[in-house]
Amino acid sequence: MTWAAGYSAAAGNNRTVDRVAICGWDIARQSIRLGAAKNRGMHAMTLAFGAVGSAPFLPDIQEHLAGLDRSPRHDDTQQLTIGDTVLDLVGVTLSFGGVVALADIDLSVRRGEILAIIGPNGAGKSSIINVISGVYRPDRGHIRLSGRSYSQIPTQKLARLGIARTFQNLALFKGLSVLDNVVAGRAHKTRSSFVEQIVGLGRAGKEQADARSRALDALEFLHLSHVGDRLAGTLPYGLQKRVELARALVAEPEILLLDEPMAGMTATEKNEMADFVRAARDRFGTTVVLIEHDIGVVMGLSDRVVVLDYGRKIADGTPDEVQRDQRVIDAYLGVAPENEDGEGI
Amino acid sequence: MAVVAADLPSYRFSVRWAAPLALLLIAYIAVPLLGSNYLFEAILLPFLALSLAGLGLNILTGYAGQVSLGSAAFMAVGAFAAFNFNLRVDGLPLIASIVLAGFAAASIGLVFGLPSLRLKGFYLAVSTLAAQFFVQWALTKFSWFSNESASGVIDAPQLSIAGFVFEGPVGRYYFALTVVAVLTLLAYRLVNSQTGRNFIAVRDNETAARIIGVPVLKTKLLAFAISSFIIGVAGVLWAFAYLRTVEPAGFNLDRSFQILFIVIIGGLASIRGAFFGAALIVVFPLVLSRVGSFLLGDVFNSGVLDMSQRIVLGALIILFLTLEPDGLTALWDRVRKRFGAAIAWS
Repeated sequence: MTWAAGYSAAAGNNRTVDRVAICGWDIARQSIRLGAAKNRGMHAMTLAFGAVGSAPFLPDIQEHLAGLDRSPRHDDTQQLTIGDTVLDLVGVTLSFGGVVALADIDLSVRRGEILAIIGPNGAGKSSIINVISGVYRPDRGHIRLSGRSYSQIPTQKLARLGIARTFQNLALFKGLSVLDNVVAGRAHKTRSSFVEQIVGLGRAGKEQADARSRALDALEFLHLSHVGDRLAGTLPYGLQKRVELARALVAEPEILLLDEPMAGMTATEKNEMADFVRAARDRFGTTVVLIEHDIGVVMGLSDRVVVLDYGRKIADGTPDEVQRDQRVIDAYLGVAPENEDGEGI
Repeated sequence: MAVVAADLPSYRFSVRWAAPLALLLIAYIAVPLLGSNYLFEAILLPFLALSLAGLGLNILTGYAGQVSLGSAAFMAVGAFAAFNFNLRVDGLPLIASIVLAGFAAASIGLVFGLPSLRLKGFYLAVSTLAAQFFVQWALTKFSWFSNESASGVIDAPQLSIAGFVFEGPVGRYYFALTVVAVLTLLAYRLVNSQTGRNFIAVRDNETAARIIGVPVLKTKLLAFAISSFIIGVAGVLWAFAYLRTVEPAGFNLDRSFQILFIVIIGGLASIRGAFFGAALIVVFPLVLSRVGSFLLGDVFNSGVLDMSQRIVLGALIILFLTLEPDGLTALWDRVRKRFGAAIAWS
């Protein structure tokens, strides 16, 4: 699908740029600059679109995902409707010294949707996630969440406010087993004191058993049961990313923030991850906000796409709308050069 | 499949508890029958006290990731608090004095743990040094703590629980062994609870821990308090069960480092590690002096012994840090696995 679009863009000249589906921009930008040298341009485009969508799953994962599709869905999401707003960013501005990371961003997230935030490097994508999770305090603007307005979300209350997140660079607890990492995701539900936990009676015992059984379910759901006893730090990268997702999901968040969940993965792993994210949304009705570099995956996965460039929101709409937006194309692929002959390139 | 799954927990239970139970049986029955006074006085009593101190520090440093160089200070607080509670409160059972001493150490630990809310790693370690110097200074400066004794030395009271008196080396050994066994069990329960997971979460990734809802500040302070409690009780054992007379100077920075070495050599974030480390630290100088005097005779006097101890210990620590950062515990596990594989193979 995207393959064909890429081919037509590369085979044509720079003026056909508006027919280009958005793709991995670093290489795509190059391909535009190489517009004159059409053969090389085509090659770059093919690279940019990659093989996403065609990579085969491992048989056991395939089977597992098929099972997830068959399994009964959450009642609320029987007919998945994208509902009212659950999270609002109003006029959020954030700067580091003289660098403006976010400029007057308005963004609303609707219940049950998968919202992708995309943009070139340094566009402010991670800053948005960090503002929502309270790691950064915006200079101006506020965040509305479950009927309240915050100038900075209190990070230590984040889990109780119904937000869970994953990190761009893995943030697992390396010294804990995979299962214990996921059990730790229930930390915000713990009410018992350490004395009760040592004695192990009453609510401490119940909490422990409950957290453990939920964690086992989450591992099962993400096809991780076979590595439950291993130390998290010893797993391969792709699996660690999935453990992080499990730790976030076990908290039963209303909103799930995923900071580049597929960064550094192979095409197969990306597709698996995308399917797991979709399955999680379908099963639990979780609202998902994700940041991603890989446009192929994003377009297939998300209900809505927000595009950032230099800290500004330049587009907000369905994947189809965004792909046709001229400003987005300019931001991603660079503005078409004036000299069609490509002199001086 | 279902049968296997059902069998698994009980199988795990028996294996996990078999070794500690066997060790306890040996420690309670076989050792007193076979051991000499020298074994108790010179090896087992200091071993037990230092193991407990190592266990306490391991909760703070190994599990919660907060470095402390003030362990000896918390031992001193425990020892002197127990002495004063016992001396000044009439009719207070000894065991109550010891528990109260633990709480005294915990509260001092809490105060000196406050910098951990802002400081990390090396800087925190330096700030815990303040505890070391402050406590030693206070105990020397205010003679009230040592009941106006001119030299600052305190004498241990008789060890008795509910009318039963623990006398002689073997009696004191039983007393120390019981205290250590109980606290070790509680510590084991703790590190496997949600609180224990919170400790490791704070150690491994503070930001992630905060975001999943771990109360980071509370968790750090709790680690300081629990750790200081255990180290305080270890101080009581050191003073009451092992040495019987102590002075503040006995709890100096060297002792703090000794406990830190126990944790590093034994294995961070492991209950067994403290015991492995303490065994090595206690037994190693004795072995060294025997071997030295056997090989070199009179040349190997106490000065040479002291120097060679330091040299070998320093070399050991460097070796462990570079070759086996997980300590004797990891070494032991590997040896056991090899043996297990060899037995299974034959």
